[in-house]
Amino acid sequence: MTMSETLTPARRAEARRLRASFVKLLAARLFQALVVALIVGIVGFAMMQALPGDAAYRIAAGRYGYDVVDAAAAEAMRLQLGLDRPALEMLMVWIGQALTFDLGHSFVTGAPVVDEILHQLGHSVGLAFISILVALALAVPVGTLAGLRPGSLFDRISGGAALVLRATPAFLIGILLILFIAVELRLTPASGHGHGTHFVLPALTLGLVLGSVLSRVVRNAVAEAVASEPFRFARQKGLSLPAALRRHAFRNAAVPVITYLGVQTALLLEGVVVVESVFSWPGIGHALTHAVFERDIPMVQGTALVLGLGFVVLSFVVDISCRMLDPRLAQ
Amino acid sequence: MTPMRILGLLGLFTLALLAVIGPDLIGFDPARQDLRAILVSPGTDGHLLGTDHLGRDLAARLLEGARITLALTAFAVASAAIIGVALGILAAWAGGLIDGGLVTLSNGVLALPGLLLVLLMAAIVPDSWWTLYAGLALTLWVEFFRLARTRSQVILRSPAVEAARMMGLTRSHIVRRHIWPDLASQILSLAAFGAATAVTALATLGFISIGLRPPTPEWGIMMSELLPSWRIAPWAIGAPIIALAITVLSLRLVAGPETELEA
Repeated sequence: MTMSETLTPARRAEARRLRASFVKLLAARLFQALVVALIVGIVGFAMMQALPGDAAYRIAAGRYGYDVVDAAAAEAMRLQLGLDRPALEMLMVWIGQALTFDLGHSFVTGAPVVDEILHQLGHSVGLAFISILVALALAVPVGTLAGLRPGSLFDRISGGAALVLRATPAFLIGILLILFIAVELRLTPASGHGHGTHFVLPALTLGLVLGSVLSRVVRNAVAEAVASEPFRFARQKGLSLPAALRRHAFRNAAVPVITYLGVQTALLLEGVVVVESVFSWPGIGHALTHAVFERDIPMVQGTALVLGLGFVVLSFVVDISCRMLDPRLAQ
Repeated sequence: MTPMRILGLLGLFTLALLAVIGPDLIGFDPARQDLRAILVSPGTDGHLLGTDHLGRDLAARLLEGARITLALTAFAVASAAIIGVALGILAAWAGGLIDGGLVTLSNGVLALPGLLLVLLMAAIVPDSWWTLYAGLALTLWVEFFRLARTRSQVILRSPAVEAARMMGLTRSHIVRRHIWPDLASQILSLAAFGAATAVTALATLGFISIGLRPPTPEWGIMMSELLPSWRIAPWAIGAPIIALAITVLSLRLVAGPETELEA
């Protein structure tokens, strides 16, 4: 016993391997963060090139109004934004500024992009968080009931429903919920933001998107745990079903469920963009589509950068937590 | 060939046929408005599916939309498959620096979740086929690359390929006779799966007003246009919804369940 607690060479090697795998993960994700910044920078530059007419004039007109703008104002804007510099230099300057949290000013409102994003981010995170709770609230009971009796009618029906939901585009689920719950039954507002009822449809849409496959993951994990020796023994010695589930099934099932929630980060991020746009939810995804529509380049860059970096950071957190839950992955 | 896959292929074939010859059979111009006959019910005055809120023939618009969606998807998926498979085989064959570089590149592309990359590409030039095509191809090639690379690595190490090399058979022979037969069936699944993703992405971007713009009869755009008419004419918005559902379902059936598990 005491041998295993001291740092044997084997243990030290083990710790070294863990550290090396951590560094490797970190390097891969840092590279991805750089790629995100590059893509976002290039897209902004390409959007600038694609603006019809003189970009500086358009931007100056967007900020000051078409009736007051003249060639001198356009020239001042060109100098201020550095539009006369070579493309590569502009890209470097943009990345440099982004590193100091300076994302420029919105072409439309003139407000600093960072301020707008900080405001929107809260709405997005709130929606994402509630949606994950909805997904769990749907997937865990349905998956458990199906997993207790694999092959039963309930298992097959819930499996089919999950498959159909998974194949349905998120915006279509949103439309159908608007039509039937908001328009026909008048139970909730169709879109907007303000009080609690506005949460219902967006969170339900995203919850259904995330929960569909998750219910199958829960089902597989529960079915496997129920068939295992420890669970069958616990039942035979007289432990009640809820107690046996709690002690011998849910703990085992937690690992694949959390791993799967992690794998769905991309789905969550896409879902946030789509669902916010469909329901006019004032979060960062809605801001992105709105900015694309209005050709507000700094806002497009800022929101896309935050969403992209958010994805990279979340992916990294998922990598690390999966490794902590299941150390076998580190090898 | 499972029965499900045959059903999916049959559905796709029908859709493609309708998209190619349908618009000529309908006899209505999808862009022609008739404000005296808005939202008429199916079957009125030769309008097979009725008309929309501007009196445009819905069947004609639906089929034109099928043309747009299927053509864009087919080009994007085909490009992604050719580029991805070629680079995948190259990476497995060359190894070393080329392999490392290509893997790094593909990981970089994955940094932006699928739809976000397409959305950003579409943002560059509004209402452009080219940016949508480029965004979809850029997103989809990675999966083909990964599949081709992993499978090729396994096959290139197999005794059969070793024997072929020792017999002095050419590279093109090994690719044609050893690598390609193994990849072909899986590429069909992956292509169908990627196409389902592309069709969904196009409709999503259309619905949220990014990408193609009205009056193009794209299905997502049609849905956003017809949403306010739901109470008066539920069949009108129903048409593009059902068309989209049938397309995605057919593609999923062709893709088969094995890719479903990876998603």
